[in-house]
Amino acid sequence: MVKAGASGAGGGAGGGASGKEEIAAWSMTQAAAGLARGEVTSRQLTEIMLERIAASDNNAYITVNPQALAEADAADARRRAGKARSGADGIPVALKDNICVRGLPTTCASRMLANFTPPYSAAVAERLAEAGTVLLGKLNMDEFAMGSTSEHSYFGPVKNPRNPARVAGGSSGGAAAAVAEDLAYLALGTDTGGSVRQPAAFCGAVGLKPTYGRISRFGVVAFASSLDQVGPITKTVADCAWALSLLAGGDPRDSSSLPHPPADYIAGLRGVAGLADAGGSGYGGGGGNGGGRGSDGDGGRDTYGNGTVFGAGQGGRPRIGVPREYMGEGIQAEVRRAVSDLAAKMAAAGAAVEECSLPRAEYALSAYYVISSAEACSNLGRYDGVKYGYRANNYDSLEDMIRRSRSEGFGDEVKRRILLGTYTLSAGYFDAYYKRAQQARTLIMEDFRQAFQRYDALLIPTSPVTAWRRGADFADPSAVYAMDLCTVSVNVAGLPAISLPWGTDGDGLPIGAQLIGAPLSEALLLRIAHGAEELGAAVNSRRPNAGIGTGPAVGAARDAGAGSAASPASGSASSTGAGSAADAAGDAGAGRSEGGRLDG
Amino acid sequence: MKITRETVIRVAGLAKLALTEAETERLTHEMGKIVEFADKLAELELTAVAPTTHAVQMENVYRADELKPSYPREEILANGPERDDTCFLVPKAVDGEGPEW
Repeated sequence: MVKAGASGAGGGAGGGASGKEEIAAWSMTQAAAGLARGEVTSRQLTEIMLERIAASDNNAYITVNPQALAEADAADARRRAGKARSGADGIPVALKDNICVRGLPTTCASRMLANFTPPYSAAVAERLAEAGTVLLGKLNMDEFAMGSTSEHSYFGPVKNPRNPARVAGGSSGGAAAAVAEDLAYLALGTDTGGSVRQPAAFCGAVGLKPTYGRISRFGVVAFASSLDQVGPITKTVADCAWALSLLAGGDPRDSSSLPHPPADYIAGLRGVAGLADAGGSGYGGGGGNGGGRGSDGDGGRDTYGNGTVFGAGQGGRPRIGVPREYMGEGIQAEVRRAVSDLAAKMAAAGAAVEECSLPRAEYALSAYYVISSAEACSNLGRYDGVKYGYRANNYDSLEDMIRRSRSEGFGDEVKRRILLGTYTLSAGYFDAYYKRAQQARTLIMEDFRQAFQRYDALLIPTSPVTAWRRGADFADPSAVYAMDLCTVSVNVAGLPAISLPWGTDGDGLPIGAQLIGAPLSEALLLRIAHGAEELGAAVNSRRPNAGIGTGPAVGAARDAGAGSAASPASGSASSTGAGSAADAAGDAGAGRSEGGRLDG
Repeated sequence: MKITRETVIRVAGLAKLALTEAETERLTHEMGKIVEFADKLAELELTAVAPTTHAVQMENVYRADELKPSYPREEILANGPERDDTCFLVPKAVDGEGPEW
């Protein structure tokens, strides 16, 4: 790891009422409140983060920003002058290493891009900089975002902060581990098939995958262009809502970004009260959100409809569907019980919760892997050792140079996906795979469309299992792919979804519950998630849900900081029967581990 | 579909990947498993179903055709593995004497 920035991190931080540990554990909202009150400076926050990054061995960071402290000082100067750019001015954040920042390496955790320094910044990096945030560095990941463990990294695997012998999840494993270990107040990941939500679930953080196109992807290295979306990983739902409001919006440089004006994602957060009232007309901001996308000019195929989909619930109770396809066989028993427990508590809090069905759910994984690999093989065609990236040392022709550069520059998982994608697009197989996958996509979307005529959100696990052992030996790659069961259909259908921690399993590993919404329903989704989070304060051990439920969470932050309920944890309150033998899927990864790894 | 060694070699050629013997062996097995996984799609009756390319239907997006500065040449060339002052360099790709420029 390049730790250029860490050298400047001295002591002196964290004086006053709060100790360093406590400050590090703050949510983004709390940190903003601390800055607003003058209790801490951005330099102090940044020094604390840099010290922790330097001391951590979870391998969450690939590059530390040598300018971090200078950025913090500039933020402090703005604030002193009464010219803070936003409530987030001075908050230390970090970006997954497939998000370009001008002048800093963007490696995608690949040998291919180990020496690549982009000449421009991603739209999301610009937006965060415009808000005044301090960039701590670039986060580890699976190579080119392909993987579910963050072990497929040229810079070594990320360790799960809850248990270093376990994977952090992936592909945004560094982002989730950084937030969970208090190495950043906000991290941005990317989610092509679950890569924000699943690592957030594995590490006990909150991860939001917005509607496809809600956030500009300009400057984000492409994996699968019809699926990729940037998403925040944070400690709380309110932080996620805040991050989304900093990031959402159209961008002429990304023609797939949605021009719809972002909603107010923060105003509607009501804690548990949000579970008894979906927010009436236009929940939390209305206008551009949720409505207005009825007819898509597709000959009457009412893609997810609009007004009629929502608001029909009696008394404005949010209606939650729990699709049985994601609550049965193949789901670790403790995970199933945790999600059932959340469903019951949401119902008790006033939501209308019922079982439902997504009949074509079982085809989502196959469709996802065909579509994503096909798009990946196309996107990765650009790596040829000519304009940027790795070039082999020895070759005897242009063709040979390209072939050797790609073969030496890409890791195994990337090669597998390229080969699968090339195969499914090649003559004679296109109709059998790629076209069929796109047809299946139509059916999967139709299932969701129907579900969202009845429900405001769907509740399922984020992952069928909790974090497995690093170095676990799966029978073959498709066995690992199957672990993406609960996340991929959301990308295939372009939907928003959020993962939040809900208790732990018998080994103390976090369980993630996932709420899925209709396109552009983020405001409502966050409102429901905010209620669920407050219900979960008792079952979520490490993260005390600080700063939520104290009214309008934000205008930012102003109030939240003080009341950091450090509600201690009841360990695995929601998990019953630890070590249940029924956890068939959970054992899938429990095989041997490779030598040389830290775990046994 | 059955994945053979020949399939893997052919596809690797299309993808501009050179595989070692061991890689070819391993990938033949792995690709077989993955394709089996993808073959599940064959169960679906799809004759009357239109394919979806993008989950969110968008009209074509246009922009004004305006003159704007591009990125500075030096910054773009800076990432080139081999370059001179104005160009990326690659091995000679065309045989024989070219036309005089």
